[in-house]
Amino acid sequence: MATVIDGEPEIKTFMPDEAAFKRGLAGRKTRGLVWQIFFIASIVIALLALAALFLNVVNSSFGLVASTFEIDPDEVVEGGDLQAASAEQLAAAIVRIRPNPSKVLVRDNLSSVPTNEFTTRPLSDVLSGHTIPPGIESKTINELTPEELGAVLAANLSTDTMLTYVSADIVGEDVLETYPLFDSLFNRGAIEAEVIEEFGGEAENVEVYFRSWLRPSFIVTKQSSDPIATGISTALLGTLWIVTITVLIAFPIGVGAAIYLEEYSVSKNPWAERFARVIETNIRNLAGVPSIIYGLLGLAIFVRALSAITSGAFLGLDGNGRTILSASLTMALLVLPVIIINAQEAIRAVPSSIREASYGLGATRWQTIWKQVIPAAMPGILTGTILGMSRAIGETAPLVVIGASTAIFTDPNGPFSSFTALPIQIYQWTARPQPEFRAVAAAAIIVLLVLLLLLNATAIFLRQYFRRQLQG
Amino acid sequence: MATQYETSASKSGANTIRATRDARTTIYKRPRPGESAIQGFLIFCGLLSVFTTLGIVYVLGSEALLFFSTGAVDLVEFFTAPRWQPQSGEFGIMPLVSATLMTTLFAMLVAIPLGLGAAIYLAEYAPERTRATLKPILEILAGIPTVVYGYFALTFMTPLLRAIFGQNTVSIYNVASAGLVMGIMILPTIASMSEDALSAVPRNLREASYGLGATKIETILKVVLPAALSGVIAAFIVGISRAVGETMIVALAAGAGPCILYGANSNCFQSFGAAETMTGHIVRISGGDLSYNSIDYNSLFAIGLTLFVFTLILNLISRYITNRFREVYQ
Repeated sequence: MATVIDGEPEIKTFMPDEAAFKRGLAGRKTRGLVWQIFFIASIVIALLALAALFLNVVNSSFGLVASTFEIDPDEVVEGGDLQAASAEQLAAAIVRIRPNPSKVLVRDNLSSVPTNEFTTRPLSDVLSGHTIPPGIESKTINELTPEELGAVLAANLSTDTMLTYVSADIVGEDVLETYPLFDSLFNRGAIEAEVIEEFGGEAENVEVYFRSWLRPSFIVTKQSSDPIATGISTALLGTLWIVTITVLIAFPIGVGAAIYLEEYSVSKNPWAERFARVIETNIRNLAGVPSIIYGLLGLAIFVRALSAITSGAFLGLDGNGRTILSASLTMALLVLPVIIINAQEAIRAVPSSIREASYGLGATRWQTIWKQVIPAAMPGILTGTILGMSRAIGETAPLVVIGASTAIFTDPNGPFSSFTALPIQIYQWTARPQPEFRAVAAAAIIVLLVLLLLLNATAIFLRQYFRRQLQG
Repeated sequence: MATQYETSASKSGANTIRATRDARTTIYKRPRPGESAIQGFLIFCGLLSVFTTLGIVYVLGSEALLFFSTGAVDLVEFFTAPRWQPQSGEFGIMPLVSATLMTTLFAMLVAIPLGLGAAIYLAEYAPERTRATLKPILEILAGIPTVVYGYFALTFMTPLLRAIFGQNTVSIYNVASAGLVMGIMILPTIASMSEDALSAVPRNLREASYGLGATKIETILKVVLPAALSGVIAAFIVGISRAVGETMIVALAAGAGPCILYGANSNCFQSFGAAETMTGHIVRISGGDLSYNSIDYNSLFAIGLTLFVFTLILNLISRYITNRFREVYQ
């Protein structure tokens, strides 16, 4: 800035002298460093939170438990590992420890004669339609030796059925305390001492052992109210049914809407264009609506107003509208904006030269879209669809609101079944105060996260596959 | 097209021209019912989203009207009464709203500084390779189902807070734990949207600032950030809207039972106390066996309508800011 004083031009600057400038510069650089540390710290905190989240889940799904047993598993099968026992071992154990109830097991599961004739008629009648070990066809059930009875059980009952019976009715495990993984690994001595002090240890039939709550039987077993015996097959099947039907509904509609908005909305008619913009704004707004609102919508429309359809009543089924179909329709509305927005972007990215070449060869609009635009946009469309599926798998609130029943012990078998789903089960188990249910919830979380991981891996694979197809 | 054809062929006999032109016109005008049917279906697909919105407005509106027409509560009471206790016929939504605002406040205390910090680091400092690794990790954080965050809040954050502040100060279900974990959940959304806004600021603005002798941090805070402000604020508002509508974290960790807004036992503004948010209440009530046409059932929709209006306003503001104040750089 220059001012003129007494005719002499004097340059007046706001630049500080050298020493002050250097001091100031050092301060400014320190300030920069402090900020930079804050920026790095924020991303580090985010990463730490992610690590804590995963470790916390792993920490709870494995670890020591202190349990009491009515009968020690060591006495049931050699080595005490029920999960690894064969059908023959389990059958032999049932017959040895519970001779009479084991006959009841045959009567309830296998018998085809009236109860009062069960003990008097020969096995060939009683077990007709089932496998009868050779040489005992003419004996009655009471004349069998324990070995023969064991053979009957082993030949006809599934390992799962016997395992459930053994763990619930023979072993009768009751968890007193659970310990997280890291404590279990590094503090085992202290934990064992604590268990002896608090619960009395071996003398009181209390045993400390390492339990992995996430185990193969956990995935294939039906739900039960006993944390030791419960599984997630019911919830897992519920989730898979919901996601499948959701995609079947939402994929065609979502892609259709995207095609309309991208390919048909440009028109000479200004109203058509305005109409398309209204739809588009509307979709953006729908994407921001909280999921629980969709739950309320589903409750009022699908569960209540359309219950004649969603309950399957029009097919002669009875029940209420709280079915897999209602859940899927609600979820479809929820994921539609995600699918539409992603599909729109994918379609927009297809170069217009492809369309023009197609028109130039005489193709109609739909032929161009079907044969050229959709295949070229497929990788993006699929990625969006899988994003939508991930959302449908993880969403809990709308399902709780439309009334997924949690006390369901039979696997769903169709769109009109009442259901529970993985995230609902996680919610219910987490909400319970008992620590063993928290452990079960953690194991279910691992299954849910693995499912999401698989889905996203599929998305990446499909994207690569379609890209290669297009190039080849 | 046709005129061009005519002029170029005008030297030939008139009959041939007419014949050829007729052939062309018939091909061109051949009706294609299939194409129209498909277009009809596509329009229907697009319309479905409009029907969804109308459905939401209709369902929430009509059920909320039923709720107000029962005579149990009027609008003034709905917005001013200090309690939400359906058992005793008290329906004041403000305790639920205040709990929602409390959890949202905690969430934003975490998500805004950390999200923006992470965004600035990614956009301005991180080398390309670090950025390529960190962005997908943040996306993982964004893709985790909220019920898992709820589990995290209850089994990790709450014990942590209780260890730090004392078992007596912090109750098992508390607003702070739910809010902080919600902040972690929203962080990636804010980080990712802000990072997009920061990256869109052109390089020459930064270089001009360096040329004037500004340090890196001065450039970021005084040039880049103001230039990207509309995008950053839109990100904050989307974050707030997600926090207001978030359900599972508060349902698991914030506690059951609405607080009392004012009066003798008012307890709404305790960070370490339990409070039930709008979403938390809807989930808890609808989780049980709910009979249709009961006042409980209708009240859910009144709460839902309030929630819907809240988030809709927030989303509209965010879109307005993005569209109105966006600096378009060439």
